[in-house]
Amino acid sequence: MKIGLVGRSGIATFLVFALLSLSVQLRAQHTSVPTGSAFSIPEAQLLKPEALLPLLQAKGVDKPLLLQVGSHMLFAQAHIPGSEYAGPGSQPAGIEQLQKRVNGLSRKKLIVLYCGCCPWNRCPNLGPAFAKLRDMGFTNVKALYLADNFGADWADKGYPVERGY
Amino acid sequence: MSAIPKALRFALCSLRRSSTVNLLLCLCVAASAAQASIAATSLLHNEAPEFVRVDLQHRKLDLHAYRGKVVLLDFWATWCASCQIEMPHFVAWQSKFGPRGLQIIGISMDDDPALARKLYKKMKLNYPVAMGDEKLGQLYGGVLGLPLTFLIDSQGKVQAQFRGETDLKLIEEQFKPLLRP
Repeated sequence: MKIGLVGRSGIATFLVFALLSLSVQLRAQHTSVPTGSAFSIPEAQLLKPEALLPLLQAKGVDKPLLLQVGSHMLFAQAHIPGSEYAGPGSQPAGIEQLQKRVNGLSRKKLIVLYCGCCPWNRCPNLGPAFAKLRDMGFTNVKALYLADNFGADWADKGYPVERGY
Repeated sequence: MSAIPKALRFALCSLRRSSTVNLLLCLCVAASAAQASIAATSLLHNEAPEFVRVDLQHRKLDLHAYRGKVVLLDFWATWCASCQIEMPHFVAWQSKFGPRGLQIIGISMDDDPALARKLYKKMKLNYPVAMGDEKLGQLYGGVLGLPLTFLIDSQGKVQAQFRGETDLKLIEEQFKPLLRP
């Protein structure tokens, strides 16, 4: 089927318009992200589960400090081996607990935060915890990206877990 | 079920690198994958693990006492936004389908009971809610993300489980055929 010059230019115009519209929508979504949301964490600071495994094997000073900043009840059921509970990032008491834990550390220390309480776009804990560490001057903070939750994106995928406090 | 092949692929990858440390880690990963799969699937079509708690109204909440009713057992927490979206629907279902044998039971996975009580009042929940803990979570295969809801039939068997944000119409479609006409 032949498409005339007018038809082709029409399709091209439509595609350009659609792309522009999509771009505007994405920008609007990005700018409307509340500061407390996990979406407020820059993409470059996100760490996927498969990228964390080699870091867990690191030894000595290279080993990251792994902090769970969600619910303690979830932590007690299952957490990443070697990680510590640092309080819920969504609550002032949790932020205070986090601050106490990292206070004496070098600001260049690699710290990996994770939660997994709920879907990434609903997590109330990671955004405030990340912002707190950034405000304290930490320059090497990562957030473990768990799209749905800790069960679906970590435990059920066979990554190592341990129980207890 | 896809967890095991992924873990094995990881183990094979490590074998190529001839790293003993990697291999050991991967074997651990594969082992825990098997455990996770068993935990996730073992409840379906089996008897729901029984428990007895005291609910937020200080009344005894014994799951066994609800035999003969169709139970929606909902694990939630105040920090779970998705859970709070579901709650008004659960309240409506309890009113509408309670006379046909539906009973909704909530288990709060909050660390602080005061927060759960506050939301319980705010949302005007018309069904019993008790506090959960890690033991109850593990009894139900690990509550490692919310919301998590189990559909338990009148014989006490788990007929379905809904993990994460679920289309509420799907839940309704699954429990309605189990109710009295």
